[in-house]
Amino acid sequence: MAKKKFVVGCFDDEDLLFPAVKKVRTVGYKIHDIYTPFPVHGLDHAMGLRETSLHTAGFIYGITGTTTALSCISWILTKDWPLNIGGKPHFALPAWIPITFELTVLFAAVGMVLTFCYLCQLAPFVKKHRFHLRATDDLFVMVIECTDKTNTDDLKSFLSNAGAVETELQIAEADWWVGSYDKDEVPFENTNEIAA
Amino acid sequence: MASIKEQFEIPGKLKTWSYALIAVGAVALLAGLFKSGMSKDEHEQAIFIGTVMYNTIFWTLVCNASMFFICITTLAMGGWQQSFRRVPEAISTMVPIFGSITLVVLLYVGFAGKHHIYHWLDTEAVNNDPILKGKSGFLNLKFFVVWTTLAIGLWTLLGYRMRKLSSEADSGAFDNVTGAKFIFKNTVGASMFIAWFGLTVGSTIPWLWMMSITPHWYSTMYSWYTFMSSFVSGMSLIALWVVYLKNKGYLEYTNQEHLHDLGKFMFAFSIFWTYLWFSQYMLIWYANIPEETVYFKTRVQGAYKGIFFFNLIINFLCPLLILMKRDAKRNYTLITFMGILILFGHWIDFYQMVMGSISKDHVTLGWLDFGILSLFVGLMILFVAKALSSKPLIAKYHPFLKESIIHHT
Repeated sequence: MAKKKFVVGCFDDEDLLFPAVKKVRTVGYKIHDIYTPFPVHGLDHAMGLRETSLHTAGFIYGITGTTTALSCISWILTKDWPLNIGGKPHFALPAWIPITFELTVLFAAVGMVLTFCYLCQLAPFVKKHRFHLRATDDLFVMVIECTDKTNTDDLKSFLSNAGAVETELQIAEADWWVGSYDKDEVPFENTNEIAA
Repeated sequence: MASIKEQFEIPGKLKTWSYALIAVGAVALLAGLFKSGMSKDEHEQAIFIGTVMYNTIFWTLVCNASMFFICITTLAMGGWQQSFRRVPEAISTMVPIFGSITLVVLLYVGFAGKHHIYHWLDTEAVNNDPILKGKSGFLNLKFFVVWTTLAIGLWTLLGYRMRKLSSEADSGAFDNVTGAKFIFKNTVGASMFIAWFGLTVGSTIPWLWMMSITPHWYSTMYSWYTFMSSFVSGMSLIALWVVYLKNKGYLEYTNQEHLHDLGKFMFAFSIFWTYLWFSQYMLIWYANIPEETVYFKTRVQGAYKGIFFFNLIINFLCPLLILMKRDAKRNYTLITFMGILILFGHWIDFYQMVMGSISKDHVTLGWLDFGILSLFVGLMILFVAKALSSKPLIAKYHPFLKESIIHHT
């Protein structure tokens, strides 16, 4: 578990967030992520996130389902165990289409859900560091990743000038881990460090 | 609100093109009329009438689909279509024009008793045929004439009322009360159109006009299938006009976001069309009862085999694979290409639906079909352009316009 240093800036207004994101990116700080209480339209563009490739993955899962269904059914019903069903030809494509369709949907849906969970680092029993609990309530939490050379005090005042109502330094695990919060991490341990 | 180009001026080139297409079409129509239309051979004559018939029915239904789109978005309280709503409105002005052509053709077929097209017009044959006798409550000349006239008349009337109502949003801003009243009146008008649309295009009209060419056969899917064909072509036509106007520098408030949604309609309803195509086909294939397979016999195993499956490729596989990506739906060139392809594909679909029953043994697709198509395309371009230029391109004071301007997919 590699811990990293982060500077967290909290904004209480969506309208302040966008110019702040722009400033932070112009100066060249690396935004780790932004946590918001609700989906903010256009924030992904402002942050410069690339388009998700989830749909490409979905397409690949889909055609995998199609080929699985068609190859399985055609092999079973023409080579392995041909049956005479209502006098239809063994290679009865129209009858297979519904199953092919269902399998396409099933593969695409299940595959995409799993991929989505992986991309968002979500799974049962898996934990992720919470930078600020009020990100689920009323604060827009911008997390900036620091390097060895980052002057964290400068960064904090930079964020305050950009409109952050709270800034704080956190050393936290950036990735997901299996465990529990109360053993690995105390949620409010940094409370006294928060500069108002 | 910087100055926007509200008034469409018909470019000379567009006029020239439409006149050229109409001229080509008129020559083809006359040539067809003299070659086969006035022929003594009833079958030859039926081919000519059938060719005119499927073209005029196709274009009437496609243009009517525009009004359906307006009404359905109105009922759904949709705002996103407001920035280009005058385009489907202009296309729907074609309903009276193409509708009257359809009416003339169908009434001629009915009153002249062209039983090579509608076998059930032959009273003697009906009396000796228990199946046709059972259907004679629906398939008889009186009902055919009344229902056809009523259908076209009410599409025209209810559509006209919707367009007239839309003009109210040109004159001045609404306050809260008049605005709500305006929306309510739109809702009422749209509901009336949709109700009538459901009784006609959604059910009876395709049975009456096209399915009854094979009177012994029936499919409850048929009307929805025809309706979807016309709806997806209608959406393509709207998209084509929107792209055209964008290229000419009009419709400033319409952008890729709106095009994306139009593309979604084209994509989704191509797939829905295929769903209906398959639902109709598979049940009949599975049951394999002669009285039901008679329709597919000529199409799947007979002369129309090529067209039948070609149809499935351009109406299903191409939209599925080409329009699937987000970028494709936001790309003006690709939407134009797919719009033309889908329109052509469903025109071919209507061709095989009608001509596959009239001329069972050989495919008649040739100069006459494309000539008459060009006549209808020319008329469509000419009159839609005229309708576009007769009104501001944007209903400036429509309460939902802002929603369309900031629309984001």
